[in-house]
Amino acid sequence: MSTATFNASQSAGRNTERRRNRGAEKAKTNKIRGNKHVFTIVVLIVAMLYFLLPVWWLIVAATKTNSGLFFGEHGALWFANKFALWDNIKQLCTYQNGIYWRWILNSFIYALLGGLASTVISVCAGYGFAKFQFRGKKAFFNLVLGALMIPSTALVIPIFLLMSKVGMVNTMWAVLLPTLLNPMGVYLMRIYCQESLPDEMIEAARVDGAGELRTFFKVSLPIMTPAITTVYLLSTVGAWNNFFLPQVVLTNSKLFPITVGLTQWQSQSQAGAASEQVWNLVTSGSFISIIPMVLAFLFLQRYWVGGLTAGSVKS
Amino acid sequence: MAKFKKNNAQVGGTSMAARRGNLWGWVFTIPFGIVFLLFLVIPLVYAFIMSLYTSNVFGTKFTGLANYARAFTDTLFLSGLGRVVLYTIVMVPIQLGLALIFALLLDAFKNKFASVSRLVIFLPYAIPGVIGALMWGFMYSKNMGPFTSIFELFGLQAPDFLSTNGIFGALVNVVTWQWTGYYMVILYSALQSVPSELYESARIDGASELRIATSIKVPMCSSSIVMVTIFSLIGTLQFYTEPTVLRNQAPTVIDSQYTPNMYAQALAFSYNQPNYAATISFALGFIVVIFSVIFMHFTKKQSGLED
Repeated sequence: MSTATFNASQSAGRNTERRRNRGAEKAKTNKIRGNKHVFTIVVLIVAMLYFLLPVWWLIVAATKTNSGLFFGEHGALWFANKFALWDNIKQLCTYQNGIYWRWILNSFIYALLGGLASTVISVCAGYGFAKFQFRGKKAFFNLVLGALMIPSTALVIPIFLLMSKVGMVNTMWAVLLPTLLNPMGVYLMRIYCQESLPDEMIEAARVDGAGELRTFFKVSLPIMTPAITTVYLLSTVGAWNNFFLPQVVLTNSKLFPITVGLTQWQSQSQAGAASEQVWNLVTSGSFISIIPMVLAFLFLQRYWVGGLTAGSVKS
Repeated sequence: MAKFKKNNAQVGGTSMAARRGNLWGWVFTIPFGIVFLLFLVIPLVYAFIMSLYTSNVFGTKFTGLANYARAFTDTLFLSGLGRVVLYTIVMVPIQLGLALIFALLLDAFKNKFASVSRLVIFLPYAIPGVIGALMWGFMYSKNMGPFTSIFELFGLQAPDFLSTNGIFGALVNVVTWQWTGYYMVILYSALQSVPSELYESARIDGASELRIATSIKVPMCSSSIVMVTIFSLIGTLQFYTEPTVLRNQAPTVIDSQYTPNMYAQALAFSYNQPNYAATISFALGFIVVIFSVIFMHFTKKQSGLED
């Protein structure tokens, strides 16, 4: 942030200088450039309104009663006279024995544990690929690159069929185990180790008599920490957002993650009788469920951005 | 163990080092290898084998590629496939075009305002696709969404987003909202790595910002553009989450075989045809790989993905 501001003020300074030195023609160009800034600001404001609109709608909707969602006095984009957020939260605790919180808990288990295990595996593999020469390495790594091309959704039905065969459907394992596969994590870790972990450092540890495991834990891991954080965040987000796989492999609603649970309430509200319509729970439930990730997103922004770009900047 | 290593280091022979690399390279990578085998190779092989069999009330028998012959003459599969191809053709350029425009604007305009905009545009990435689709589903609803009253303000009637004619645009919008920011961030950071000397001199020579963007900045980050296009291509051909969620609100407009993935899911559950579901799933995965390989072949020069 500070560097960006610094650059901006620096180039602004350069602009003024140039304006002073070169005649009226240049001043005209600068004026046009000023209009372009207005254009940019307008475009960005419109874009922000567009990207915030549904989020604002959700915040407002989370505070409404079931009928308030349909007949709110001040329209869909403003709060109704009755502020029902606390009532909705109370109802989330009692409706179907408070299964909503069970879904939230499940989502945390799938995301945090699944993400952690897949990160451990990716970190080890990335380190192995970056720092050791071994027979079959090239072919093995090409498989990793190939796996990047296969989207996880393409594997859902095959995994479901296999899991039914071995009797693992409808267990937490059916959701947790497939998230261990994270070829993107391996790829990012390998790039990071190659760039930021000098071979000399590892060699020095070896000469000092440290074993490979000791070198890995004491020398390499501390240097890899920023990349590990990124990979952990990305795999946690991936697992948290997962929908297709749990929707297919789970039928027991007690095991649902929040994404599957909320869509079940949505379809129940759409199809069911009036007493089964829980639109207010779908909206307030959705709102509460996005809070943890949005907070993590705001506070850990530099880690996300780092991971998303590490692979792309290379060329 | 440590002592053994010490001896190795002292001997220092290349063959010893090679042996050590061989051993520890595999030790570190084998957990991933096992996961790769268990949750990628084996499911794919199993699904492929299943796709070669057909089961009915009389039992299961080997039918070779008959299921594939059926799939490629099955109008339900082909129309779903045609639909995702159409979505790809429309959606990928819109998302990437917007992402690139935002990235270029933010890159040319670095201040506090720009960094807040960047954060807001990227925000939908933190929201699960399911919740994004749920929110837009509500927004599209005539009773709960804001569009009815917004259009009334101008004396117009709001279009029915959840109708046969409206659903295509409605889904394009959901996906654009969800993913544009993600692609924008990738492209934005690629732009950061373009050395500024390259365009400073062009600027002094009087080149317009637009000219600098199209002639210098975009070509310099072409490898990221190619990568992002592949991500977007793969994701769109596998379209599942958003239509599934909107289907709950518009079951007559989005049928259960709207996209190939939805069809495979329906076959496995509602129609109890796991062998044919495996076939559809495998055929789709194969088509996606072919698409990506063709695309990468044509953009080999830009992608830098050769090694």
